[in-house]
Amino acid sequence: MSSVPFSIGPAAQAAPVRPPAAQEAEAVGRPAPRPAAPPVPVKAEVRELEFHYGDFQGLKGLSMPVHERRVTALIGPSGCGKSTFLRCFNRMHDLYPGNRYRGEIRLLPDGTNLLASAVDPIEVRMRISMVFQKPNPFPKSIYENVAYGLRVRGEGNRRAIDDKVEQALRSAALWDEVKDRLQDLAFNLSGGQQQRLCIARALATDPEIMLFDEPTSALDPIATASIEELIADLKDKLTILIVTHNMQQAARVSDYTAYMYLGELVEFDTTERIFMQPKRKETEDYITGRFG
Amino acid sequence: MSTSRAGEDLAALRELIGRHKRRDVMFGIVGLACMMVGVVTLIVLFIDLLIDGAPRFSWDFFTSFPSRRAGEAGILSAWVGTLLVMAVTMVAAVPLGVAAGIYLEEYAPKNWVTDLIEINVTNLAGVPSIVYGLLALGLFVYALGFGQSVLSAGLTLALLILPVIIVATRESIRAIPGSIREAAHAVGATKWQVTYDHILPYSVGGIMTGVIIGLARAIGETAPIITIGALTFIAFLPAAPVQAEFPFVSGEWLFAPFTVLPIQMFNWVSRPDTAFHANAAATGIVIIVATLAMNALAIRIRYRIRQRIKW
Amino acid sequence: MANAHGAGAIATGGAALAAPTRFAHRRSRHIKERVIEALLFLSAFSAVATTVAIVAVLLYESAAFFEHVSIVEFLTGTEWTPLFENAKYGILPLVAGTLVTAGVGLAVAVPLGLVTAIYLSEFAPHRVRETVKPFLELLEGVPTVVYGYFALLFVTPLLQRLLPGLPGFNMLSAGIVIGVMIIPYVSSVSEDAMRAVPMSLREGSYAMGATRFQTAVRVVLPAAVSGVVAAFILGISRAVGETMVVAIAAGQQPNFTLDPTESAATITAYIVQVALGDLPHASIGYQSIFAAGLVLVAMTLAFNIIGHYLRRRFREVY
Repeated sequence: MSSVPFSIGPAAQAAPVRPPAAQEAEAVGRPAPRPAAPPVPVKAEVRELEFHYGDFQGLKGLSMPVHERRVTALIGPSGCGKSTFLRCFNRMHDLYPGNRYRGEIRLLPDGTNLLASAVDPIEVRMRISMVFQKPNPFPKSIYENVAYGLRVRGEGNRRAIDDKVEQALRSAALWDEVKDRLQDLAFNLSGGQQQRLCIARALATDPEIMLFDEPTSALDPIATASIEELIADLKDKLTILIVTHNMQQAARVSDYTAYMYLGELVEFDTTERIFMQPKRKETEDYITGRFG
Repeated sequence: MSTSRAGEDLAALRELIGRHKRRDVMFGIVGLACMMVGVVTLIVLFIDLLIDGAPRFSWDFFTSFPSRRAGEAGILSAWVGTLLVMAVTMVAAVPLGVAAGIYLEEYAPKNWVTDLIEINVTNLAGVPSIVYGLLALGLFVYALGFGQSVLSAGLTLALLILPVIIVATRESIRAIPGSIREAAHAVGATKWQVTYDHILPYSVGGIMTGVIIGLARAIGETAPIITIGALTFIAFLPAAPVQAEFPFVSGEWLFAPFTVLPIQMFNWVSRPDTAFHANAAATGIVIIVATLAMNALAIRIRYRIRQRIKW
Repeated sequence: MANAHGAGAIATGGAALAAPTRFAHRRSRHIKERVIEALLFLSAFSAVATTVAIVAVLLYESAAFFEHVSIVEFLTGTEWTPLFENAKYGILPLVAGTLVTAGVGLAVAVPLGLVTAIYLSEFAPHRVRETVKPFLELLEGVPTVVYGYFALLFVTPLLQRLLPGLPGFNMLSAGIVIGVMIIPYVSSVSEDAMRAVPMSLREGSYAMGATRFQTAVRVVLPAAVSGVVAAFILGISRAVGETMVVAIAAGQQPNFTLDPTESAATITAYIVQVALGDLPHASIGYQSIFAAGLVLVAMTLAFNIIGHYLRRRFREVY
């Protein structure tokens, strides 16, 4: 296990050297057992999360922090539950009958438990937005796609919407390509542009956390590179969780990585440590491609 | 961009969501109400018919000919006529429709002729039924000289339900996976053998559904039969198809004048004398029970097939 | 297409099979296949033949009609009195009656059918949908003559209590019943279109914090709009071509009016009226129903072309 075939992103390498906010996070009160986390504020705290659909248990007692303004990657072989886990954060599972959660995901600093049945999934989704595996723009204009979240919130001020749309498209690095055809149908964009449009759509409502569910799996390498670049830029502003089955991608974009297997969290740590010196044998086997 | 929400911000958000959710609940109620309009109408219609028509139900009602006196009139000639017309319709429409469905699904090459046929099948399904009546009046009744007979009526309704049977046949054939065809071809079957030994038996349930729905529709059809000039007052039965003397079968009934149940009902409903309305209602019950029973059977078969067959 | 009598060959001992028999066998099999294919083709082609026959019969009889009546008078005249001494053949009153009853029907069926479809597709719990849908399908199966009875003897008396001056035959009652009758067509086709909208679009909307209603109206309905338009067109065709309800409940007197509370004959009701009488074959009266039928077909065709155009404009592009 001498060499690891990945280059670790600069952000991850910088990870151990932490800004001062660390004490702040300690003050919020974290639960006892968790992996040696660097002193970065926590945006969400997952505790003993279980998820069932029908008789099947999809997630088994997951606990980990999600660090603020960092990228956390969820990796693992397909079927390990990483997407299921991600979709707990915005209660997507509530759309389908027969799904049950146990445990909690506390969103900080207000401490709302996202999974509590008293908490409205719509409220959760307004605070935490999501970008899907395949680009799924609505059959509307580019402008209306980005404005959708604002309209859903009842925003009526045309100028305010204009500003937000432009701001979101700029943040998604799409503005220059579409500014002259905002009224075009979104389907006319290329796959990579569509995905950036979906990112702009998710950004326009100022989410606290953004979830990415294998956002580049339907894209070509060039479009993938631009999305990855975008994610690196976005983490200055918000907290990001990304599911990926591409380990190089996890290594390139993330600061923290969680390795999951069969619905369990095998190991969570900084990306650097997960890739360079994993503590668990299973993680090491998966990282080095000896999984099986 | 805010990275966390202040308390009052969150309160405003919750208030907004509450408003939106109330709209959800309201639409749920409105939607349920709209959906129930159809269902309630069906129930009210049936109860209305029962109240009006139930007093007329008796054995005599089914065994009497129409009469000038409402209390003595019955539907003997009408239900016999309906059965005879349906027999002709079935014999004409089922083989033709199934064959057409098989051709379009299994044989048809991709060319303009096939496109033309497909467009026509789709369009025919949308042609108002009375137009079929006009076609039959010009073609069957006069040009071919079948007259205002059971045969003309049966053929008219056959044309009318042909698209239903074709579409049902195609859909159920399409559900059969290609691997079945390949398997049959691989053991040396010809195209027709594959079709006859495999495709047809496996799709028979879906075809049956289409045939039943088509016939149920044909039983209730009134306009095209009126148009070809079915009589509304028939106090006799056509010659029986089976005779006591040689050659024992007779096609005479095919060319006999006739009436059918919906026409009898229409006739009674149109009379100013309200005493006949009870007869109309009783006839309506007979028609509605027949068509609903057939439709229910078809729906049932369809749901059963959907559950049973998983390729 | 290998060897269909392979099994037979084995049974009789493959080597014993002489070449000529084998060849003859194959040829007869080939002929049989071709004959079957030809028969199947003819069956399918009957659809085309039917269309041609409809057009031919309508045109042939109408041509005879238009020898006596000028097309301009027919299309622009506002009096339809074919049974009078001084017969007038202006189709407009019948067209007006047809459009008014169909219009009332649509005013009932489009909102109810659309809301029902949205409810069934996006709101109804699985159990409700599975229970109610067969009922709606049954509604499609009720014969129109029964609806006619219902319109004349149940709905009209009911309406007369609300609108005291309403005549016993009126287009309002017939139109309402036609509307209820075509709800299932509108709702089932619209619902199919909405259910065909991929789940990923709904997820995209829900993930933005949208409610069910917002998702249904702002995302699913726009995405399914071409199918919904098709459903409306189907509904219009049904309403325009509906015969028995109007023949029974709307009256038989041509009446050039757009007021649904009046009594008026439609194109279809006129055809029924003539067919019930005993006008001699090849008389002008007999030919006039074909001309009327031609107008009816032209109207449904026009609606279908409009529908086709609209559908192309709003084609799904998920």
